[in-house]
Amino acid sequence: MTANIRNKSVIVGVGNTAFSKDSGVSELSLAVQAIKAALDDAGLSPADLDGFATFTLDHNDEIEVARTLGCGDLTFWGRSHYGGGAATGSLHQAVMAVATGMAECVAVFRALNGRSGQRYSQGVSGNILTADAIHWGWYMPYGLLTPASWTAMLTQRWMHQTGVTKEAMFEVASTTRNYAVNNPAAFFYQQPLSRDDYFNARMIADPLQLFDCCQESDGGSCVIVTTPERARDLKQPGVAVRGVAQAAGEEQEQMTSFYREELAAITEHRIAAKNCYAMADLTPADIDAAVLYDAFSSNVLLQLEAWQFCDYGEAGEFVLGGALRPDGRLPTNTHGGQLSEAYIHGVNGLVEATRLVRGQSVNQPDKQVDHVLVTSGVGIPTGGALLGRLD
Amino acid sequence: MTPEEQKAFEDKLYAYVGVEVCSRKPAKDAVNETMIRHWTEVMGDNNPAYTDAQWAAQSRRGKTIAPPAMMYVWNQEGYSVASTGRASDPQTDMVEMLTEHGFTGVLGTNVKQEYFKEASPGDTVYVEMVIDNISERKATARGAGYFFETLATFSDQNGDKLGTQRFRVLKFIPQEQPAAAAADDKLEVPTRIPSPRGHDNGWWWNAVDEGKVLIQRCTDCQTLRHPPRPMCGECQSMAWDSIESTLDGEVMSFTCLRHPKIPGYPADPICAVIKLAEGTNIVSNVVGCDFEDVHIGMKVTGKVEQVDEKTMLPQFYPAQAGA
Repeated sequence: MTANIRNKSVIVGVGNTAFSKDSGVSELSLAVQAIKAALDDAGLSPADLDGFATFTLDHNDEIEVARTLGCGDLTFWGRSHYGGGAATGSLHQAVMAVATGMAECVAVFRALNGRSGQRYSQGVSGNILTADAIHWGWYMPYGLLTPASWTAMLTQRWMHQTGVTKEAMFEVASTTRNYAVNNPAAFFYQQPLSRDDYFNARMIADPLQLFDCCQESDGGSCVIVTTPERARDLKQPGVAVRGVAQAAGEEQEQMTSFYREELAAITEHRIAAKNCYAMADLTPADIDAAVLYDAFSSNVLLQLEAWQFCDYGEAGEFVLGGALRPDGRLPTNTHGGQLSEAYIHGVNGLVEATRLVRGQSVNQPDKQVDHVLVTSGVGIPTGGALLGRLD
Repeated sequence: MTPEEQKAFEDKLYAYVGVEVCSRKPAKDAVNETMIRHWTEVMGDNNPAYTDAQWAAQSRRGKTIAPPAMMYVWNQEGYSVASTGRASDPQTDMVEMLTEHGFTGVLGTNVKQEYFKEASPGDTVYVEMVIDNISERKATARGAGYFFETLATFSDQNGDKLGTQRFRVLKFIPQEQPAAAAADDKLEVPTRIPSPRGHDNGWWWNAVDEGKVLIQRCTDCQTLRHPPRPMCGECQSMAWDSIESTLDGEVMSFTCLRHPKIPGYPADPICAVIKLAEGTNIVSNVVGCDFEDVHIGMKVTGKVEQVDEKTMLPQFYPAQAGA
């Protein structure tokens, strides 16, 4: 059965806070700033909101956010689990609420002091007895403690299986950096990445070097989701959600799916892709641009294969042909991605994907952009969404 | 000391910066297998590159080497110092001067070694040493004092540089500090972060404490599973027992955590996904070889070892050829 949500909800507003390494304000402040910016963009007010969707990892309480913004009655709040897997997972929550009438206007947000507050690069440590802590217990004692180390294990095996080299990862890092060089909101605005910078950077977890890793950022991002009827009356061109999927695969673990028959496979993204294309009645050939979750450069390569822009093992050739560049087959991470704009857990990616459909990206490709793919994290339960213009 | 006295004292002290403590001289003994064996036994370092001539002959070096960290060992004075005392040199003169001015406390604070070339049995290690730098007067928790750093440079019989060692010492006026002394008694050395132990995994870690790596087995359909879970994913049975792994395996993937450094862990630990001969995968460390020697498909064999004061863990070594 294919989920029946196509074009039943529309992104009508987007907003980011400033991105920084030390915001100097609370995460609550970042959340309400991002939501207010998205409401302003849509021409809506806090009183119009009746629902929220965010990450289980977000520290902001929905009712605190609502009180702070001055919202009225709420009828829906939903959270999505698994770190960056919730980037489109929280959109998924909002779409289901709006499509079923459980809510009419939902703010999808994420706000974090990811550099000045809790830093993911500092790793995990288990003091309490939760399923999560027991899970990390299989890895912590050996020193496999950080997102980079878990992703390195997947990347190393995938490179071995496919023969793809670091040249392809450099192409991802340098293409996204070139987009950021053009984006005043990006941390790496006007700071190009040379080949020497990339290859001489220190090793973090073999084979991942410094510029294969995303940043740690302070900031917030938000998109507002409402019904097509309401969307038509608002300020901005509406961006319809054609399809949105969540997926976890067989033998799934959170970042450490090391027990699969072939561990260099991101089964969960293949499931999300199949369901998302079916829901949207689209094929990879229909997709004009993409925002692919890039906590690490290799994430992008594995997703290009899983979302069927190329076959398994061919992502290296695909990107080295310039596919991700402004004039390429699939301009990707045109905001600079999490590698070079900011790490807002992929929700800044939802903002950019919406802008691409509206024709408002700071690096808008010089072609008609009808459909954009935006995805969630790699190596975890995840998902993706396909966006297009509201007819 | 009055400011004038302190100035005069410091003028004399800082005159030692750059002074040679000893000029280049050879060690009493050439690098030799006996001392390497004693040292690695004491350190508990069983890297075959140091002691296993047969293994080393097939390695990329073609011969055994002395552990680089032993570099400073070869030129030590030995037991004779105990009866005759250390002969005076500029460093002992400087230390004596500090002691005479009340800086009686002494604390080695850091040692930093850098390695450039390996030494093998038969090589002779030469040392030369200078007083490299002396800090300004510092107020420390131990008392006021000066840090000084010696720089020893090691070379071989051909004059090739083997490495350097910087040794930093605090000479200070000791303060009474009962609180600090009490805290020292409880000083804990950081250890690896342990797994929490619950219903579904505690038994597995308890077995590791006893030196065994177990694999959970469904007693209905006999399917093996790892990590342990309360129900069999194949037949939904909740009945299980376990078998002991032989710990023979093959590397499926690997990485090395270079950054950040985590307290309680060895530097740059090599982590790997290993497919055990029984068919299940396990994550562990690969030890006993260099990172460059690890590859996907490499055969490994494991044993449960005590890796720090509190932690028992399975650790995997390169499988011996022909074993």
